[in-house]
Amino acid sequence: MADEGSSSLPLGGMIIEPGNSRRYRTGEWRSQRPEVDKEKCTNCLTCWIYCPDNSVLVENEKMMGFKYSHCKGCGICANQCPAKAITMREEGVE
Amino acid sequence: MSKPIAVNGDTAIAMAWKQINPDVVAAYPITPQTIIVEAYSDYVADGLVDTEYICAESEHSALSICVGSSAAGARVATATASAGLAFMWEMLYVSASMRTPIVMAVANRTLSGPINIHCDHSDAMGARDSGWLQIFGENVQEAYDNTLMAFRIAENMKVRLPIMTCLDGFIITHALERFEPLEDEKAKAFVGPYQPVRPLLDVKSPTTYGPIAMPEYYYEIKYQLVTAMANAMDVARQVMAEYGELTGRRYDLVEGYRTEDAEYLMVAMGSTAGTVRFVVDQLRAEGKKVGAVKVRLFRPFPTEDLVALLRGKKAVAVLDRAMSPGTGAPLYMDVVEAASQIGSPPRISNYIYGLGGRDIMPEQLSSVFGEIIEGRGERVNYLGVRK
Repeated sequence: MADEGSSSLPLGGMIIEPGNSRRYRTGEWRSQRPEVDKEKCTNCLTCWIYCPDNSVLVENEKMMGFKYSHCKGCGICANQCPAKAITMREEGVE
Repeated sequence: MSKPIAVNGDTAIAMAWKQINPDVVAAYPITPQTIIVEAYSDYVADGLVDTEYICAESEHSALSICVGSSAAGARVATATASAGLAFMWEMLYVSASMRTPIVMAVANRTLSGPINIHCDHSDAMGARDSGWLQIFGENVQEAYDNTLMAFRIAENMKVRLPIMTCLDGFIITHALERFEPLEDEKAKAFVGPYQPVRPLLDVKSPTTYGPIAMPEYYYEIKYQLVTAMANAMDVARQVMAEYGELTGRRYDLVEGYRTEDAEYLMVAMGSTAGTVRFVVDQLRAEGKKVGAVKVRLFRPFPTEDLVALLRGKKAVAVLDRAMSPGTGAPLYMDVVEAASQIGSPPRISNYIYGLGGRDIMPEQLSSVFGEIIEGRGERVNYLGVRK
């Protein structure tokens, strides 16, 4: 829960600091998380192209997993993956 | 010296805007407001103002344009009435919460149905919880004066809320009356230059207006309106005092007339307030201890001022030019809430009147006084309706 009082918030809730959505961990909204099976993954980066939240981690043109702080669990990556290497798993379930 | 002239209320408002020369006017015409934006578009076409005038395709768009313009750093005015105000509904709340100090004339007209173009306050009353300030005028002079004061109240840094300057449809909007405008320079000096807060067009201080607020923040941002409304009460009082010094026309949030030794009061807003004073004078001549109360500022509601006027009175009639089917009308509810702070409050009854433009006559108001003096009448009364 946030702790700023009404009087300390900017007028009308306007955002006066550019880029601060980085600190808004929208990944907390997720109910299902994507998991990648790197045995199947071909590093085609289709998931990276489609991810609306810029939450596919890429290093040296290789798919390296997900940035769970901002992945909302929409499942688009799993749906688009040509190699069927991404599975959506229920959060909170082992 | 300013010279008295004869114009209708709509034209007087257009004249006030002309003196202020807002950066943007975006509007859609609707009776009985149309004369305002028509007259103003003439000023634009004639080069008398340099306002960006935008004919929107609807009221929803008109107010949306006003919100965007205000966020961009512009001083903004618009006008509407009735169904037009209803069509702005979504943006009313957005503009208040985004703290865009838009000045909007509302030519009070009833809401359909049945469809009807004439005066009552149901349009503005429906918007009373939107977070807009609301100020009501009694005649052409007040419609003009309220407009100049409205810019100062809305744009004050402690307020930053949009404001409706309400005037009774046809009764004030279309009736020719004598009034005295201020000289242009005096009006301009009184209102002063516009000071934006973090305008969108200031690319060096990037700002996002109107972002989403989840349950962790929504309530706190809404609560800012409560603070701003409380500030607006003091600001309005100061602005009215300053305007009184300038013009000699002394206004207040709530104005009592022959109330000091009165035992019975009648509360009203808009043009009917004048009729009430006329009736008070008649009954005073007969020795009846009656007085009138005019509510000028309806939002924020000047509860403490009302309490001071109601204290010690025997009975009060609250006239509402609007109804809330199933309960009492809005002004009555607020007056009763104010009176609840008094140890032994007066008996307060509600009189709904003048819906859909029906005239209210002095004899009717005399008989209302008669009823409350004799302790007759229901809690909520529908004055003059054929049951």
